[in-house]
This record gives sequence, structure tokens and C-alpha cells, in this order.
Amino acid sequence: MAPETVIDLAAQPRTSRQRPPWLRTFASWETTVVLALVLVILIGSATIDGVGDPRFYRFVILEAIPIALIALPMTLIVITGEIDLSVASTVGLTCSAMGALWQAGVTSLPLLILVSLVLGAVLGAVNGVFVTVFGLPSLAVTIGTLALYRGLAFVVLGDKAVADYPVSWTTNMIAPIPGTVVPWFVLVVAVLALLFGVLLHATPIGRALYAIGNNAEAAAYSGIAVLRTKFWLFVATGAVSALAGVFWTFRFASARADNADGLELSVVAAVLLGGVSIFGGRGALLGVIAAVALLGTLRNALQLADVPANALTIVTGTLLILSVVGPNLVRTVRERLRRRQPTPPMERTQR
Amino acid sequence: MTATATPVAPRTNGASIAHRLFVVRELGIALALVLLIGVTFAVNTRFLNAQNVKDLLLGSSILAILAVGQAIVIITRNVDLSVGSILGLAAFATGAMFQSSPNLPIPVAIIIGMALGALCGAVNGGLIAAARVPALVVTLGTLYVFRGVDYTWATGRQINAADMPASFLHMGTTTVLGVPVLALFAVVVLAGAGIFLRSYRSGRELYAIGSDPDAARLYGIPVGRRVFWAFVASGALAGLAGVLHAARFGTIDANAGLGSELNVVAAVVVGGVAIFGGSGSVYGAALGAVLLTTIGSALPVLGINPFWQRAAVGVLILAAIGLDRSLAVRMARRLRGGSARGA
Repeated sequence: MAPETVIDLAAQPRTSRQRPPWLRTFASWETTVVLALVLVILIGSATIDGVGDPRFYRFVILEAIPIALIALPMTLIVITGEIDLSVASTVGLTCSAMGALWQAGVTSLPLLILVSLVLGAVLGAVNGVFVTVFGLPSLAVTIGTLALYRGLAFVVLGDKAVADYPVSWTTNMIAPIPGTVVPWFVLVVAVLALLFGVLLHATPIGRALYAIGNNAEAAAYSGIAVLRTKFWLFVATGAVSALAGVFWTFRFASARADNADGLELSVVAAVLLGGVSIFGGRGALLGVIAAVALLGTLRNALQLADVPANALTIVTGTLLILSVVGPNLVRTVRERLRRRQPTPPMERTQR
Repeated sequence: MTATATPVAPRTNGASIAHRLFVVRELGIALALVLLIGVTFAVNTRFLNAQNVKDLLLGSSILAILAVGQAIVIITRNVDLSVGSILGLAAFATGAMFQSSPNLPIPVAIIIGMALGALCGAVNGGLIAAARVPALVVTLGTLYVFRGVDYTWATGRQINAADMPASFLHMGTTTVLGVPVLALFAVVVLAGAGIFLRSYRSGRELYAIGSDPDAARLYGIPVGRRVFWAFVASGALAGLAGVLHAARFGTIDANAGLGSELNVVAAVVVGGVAIFGGSGSVYGAALGAVLLTTIGSALPVLGINPFWQRAAVGVLILAAIGLDRSLAVRMARRLRGGSARGA
């Protein structure tokens, strides 16, 4: 959470002086999300029948895996101030390609996965080229490739579904870790989360991402290869989305062109709820992972409580709005309070 | 930004009728549209028969109305992702109103639909202007909230044509002098918004806000208030689109307009409105909506698998923003007298 604190120090000199460092680390937005998650689990287990059940968590996890996967690189992209809305279409095109290849007689699982990942990386690279080489805004570019990739998915597979994969593939994909109910694929997510987490929070590259998000021009002048970094982030997002596509295909035992339709907004919602600023420059991976878990758990818990599934979108939306309005309100109130008891200018600049 | 001392060469007069035509962005998209229609017509003359033209106009009217509202918002460097949900909510509200009071006059239904949309827009605008939070996040949130309200209200019900008065449904498909009434709505909305943005002080201020919000604030423009009203306008237009959607399709469930928000943004971007605000026009946005709709119906006529439609839309968006970018770079180079630093 180092980046959080750095920014807080710059923006709010007085509060950071008043509060001890350990409190600053823990009183962050990420902690709020984690606490909310814990609360939901505790209250849910106590009041809703079935929420404490291991099968409940198995289901929540299976549902959250694609979102969690894509949210990892998406976090990094949003921290640099860009966005990728084409991820769900990349999932769809990957699914279509896998279906078409399977129908064409490619029966080697490693080959299918490899082709998918390469395809995803290429799709991400296309986004990257448009954004970094041609200098186009990523929001517009990826709305374009959102339509393009989804369109190509339909071109490749039409409205057919390819569902005759070997049962062993489809059951293996969602098989639990022996002795538990946790799907083994979580380990893949965990390894990737660790990789992206270390990359973001413990390497110069990660520091560079925050620098780019705060001020790309200044970052470029301090020797950061802004465009190259962004390009590779888009490639990574494409490849990870393709992995989510592989998971999606086998989890639902069905390759369809409309797989994961609309998932991009769920991913972006999770990333933003996790405390990443849409303007870039701040956020942490832990918050995003907690947000994915929070949204998944809350959704399924309320579903068990007989809240109609579709009305749950209200919860998602409200949380999302609170995630930006809440901190802003706190900041505004704090600023008002600070203005009421002005500090000497010297003290302020010294922090 | 080095201030190069190179004096700007006096502009030769002939330099640029051609250039100017190129710069009028709406002309480019109109040409593309004419080209598409012309080629399709050449392949199959039935493409422009009365029925087909009517379908095209009907199909693009609702998208065009949404695009006009979206353009107003995007020009201020914001975005409204909740329009699809507002459309759905207003469409269902219209159906529900007619269900409970079948004698409701149509203008009242339209006004109520628009008021509901404006209310939703006011929620967006209020949060964005008062709490100073990014529009993308807020409207992504209200996309979910409004749709959830719609679902909760509908609880799986569906409103059918039989529940609505015939005159209302008639409005959704009938024509006046060959032009569908829906298209007339779109034209009125377009003309109104176009005149407002072009000739009114507060309309021009929207462009100023989109070009540079901080500068606009320093200049004394009430940025928050203008942005608020831009969202109210977008919401009201989405509400109108919802009422028209109900009239046109006659069957409404809670899914009306689901996922249309990115289509609307696409139409606006194709129409030459810069995604980061400050430039573009509602005419372009409406043309973009017509172009996107026309592609959908032209492809089958051209013998192209309709599955290519979305892909074609994607290519079109990329081409449009690429074109805008190259024009902007050129313009910047010209304004800086040849030094293209940072462009």
C-alpha cells in the first residue's frame, strides 16, 4: 500500500502527520473493502441458510474466477490511466477460436490453450498499437475493438455452440483441490495475482505504472518508457483474458461467440470498487481482489436470501457509486474542517 | 512547448477549400453514408424501396436520439453509460402507465417518460457535479442501479401490445408524408440540440468545459451547473427514446435497451465527437447513428454474412478515431506554425 501513502502524504499533509503510519496503512480504502467482505461473510453465515456451506464458496469462487483473472491486468492498466473495454470480447473470440479449432480436428489440449493465449496476446497487442503507436484514447479504441472482436467471434463460429469437448476436460477444469471444495483453478489465479502484485507493488516497473498514471509526461521525462510499458500491459490483458476464455469454455462446457457478453463492465466495476482511481495513479491489487470477492459473495448470498437475481445489480451499482462518492465526501469534510482551523503555511509545506 | 520564433507564414488563400471540406467532419461521415447506400443500391435497387427506407429511419431514430444526448455529455468531457438503463426504465414505465390508465393522452405519456429520464439524469449529474466524481464511474454505477430498479419493478412481467392503446402503437410505426413519426421526433431533437449548442452562450460553454474544465472554471463558467444540465438533457432524451421504444416495439420487458450504451458511444465517436470532449457536433453523432444502423441492413443486401456487422462497426470506430486523430495532429501542426512538438 506504499503508493497509497505516498499520494496521501502529498495531498493531505496534516492528516498524515497526525496519524501514525500503521493506521495510515490500515485505514485505507482497501481495508474498508476487506472489512465489508468479512462483514458480509459473517452476517451472511449467521442469517442466511446455506451461506456458511462450503459448496456456497465453491460456487462463488467458480463464478468469480474469470472476473478475478481479468481484473488483475486491468488494475495495472487503469493505474496507468488507460482502460481496456475489449476484454470480454477477447474472451468471446478466444472461445470461438477454440470451438472452431476443435471442430477442425485439433484435439490437443495444450495446443488449444497455447493458440488461445497467443491469440489473446495478439488481440491485446492490436489495442496496444492503436493506443501507443497511433496515440488514440484507449476508451474509444477498446470500444471499437469491443465491437470488432465480438463481431469476429460471430464470424468465426456463427451462432453455433461447440459443446462436445471430452467430459474429462470439462470436469477437470472445475475439479476441486483434493481434500477440499476449492477449485484448483484458484491456484492459477493466485499465482497470477502474486505475479501481478509483486510487479505492481515491489518492482521499479510497478512504481513506473503509478508515475505514468499520475503524470505521463513527467514520467516520460524521468526516463520511463511510457508507451512501451502501456503496450505490454495491453498484451498482458489480452493474454489473461484469453486464459479466462479457456476457463469459460471448459467451465460451461460450451464455446459460443457470445460467451462473457458484457463482462467488461463487471471487471471495471470490481477494479473501481477496489479503490483504483479511474484517472490513474492510485490503487492497490489487494483492494481489487477483495472487491471481486465482495461482489461475488454478496451477489450469491443475497440470491440465497431470495433477493431476485436481477435486482442485485442495484447492490453492485450502489457499491460502485459509494466507492467514489464516499472517499470524496470524507475528503471534502476534512478539507472544510482543516480550513476552519488553519495551520501556519510553514508547517504545511514542511509536512 | 518551446516557443519557436519562426514567424507563421502568411496563409495562401487557395490553400484550403479542399482542406476545409476535409475538416468539416460531418461531411466525411455523410460521404461514407452516401457511399455505403450508393454501393448497396447499385447491388440491389430494392435496398431503397419505401419499406426499406422506412425501416432504416425507424431503426436509426431511437439510436440517433440517444446519440444526441450522449454527444451533449461527451462534449463536456464526460460520458453517460446509464442511457441504456434509463431507456429501459422509461420504456417499462410507459407500458405500466398505459396498463393502469389506458386513456392517458400520448403527449402526457411522453412528458412523463422524459421527466423520469430527466430525474435519472439529475441523479447522475448531481453526483458528478456536487460530489465531483468521475462520470464514467458514476454512470457505470447508475447503469446497474437503474436497470436493477427496472428489474425489481417488472419482476419478470412483460407488457404486450394489447396493454397499450392502438393510437400509441400506431405512432411507433406510422409515417407522415413517407417519413416515420419517430424520425420526426429525432429531427426535432437534433435541430433543437444543434441550435442550442451552436448559437447559445450556455451551449458554447459546454465546448469550453470539454476543451479544458479548469480553464473554463477560471473563466467563470459554472462548470458544475452546466455539466449537471447536460446529464439531465441526456437523461430526458434517453427517457424520450424509451417512450418511443415502447411505441415501436409494443412488447416491453425489463431488458429493453440492455447493453445499448456502448453502441450509443460508438455512434457518437463515429460521428466525430472527440471522446475527450471539446469538439464535434450533434449532427455528426446523429449521422453516426444512421451509419451504424445502415451498415446493419446493408450487409445482407451486399451478400455479406450479417455476422460481420459488429466487426464492421468496430472497424468503423477505429477508422473514425484514427481519422480524427490525424486531423487533430495536422491542425495542431498548422496552429503552431509548423512545429509539431508534442503533437
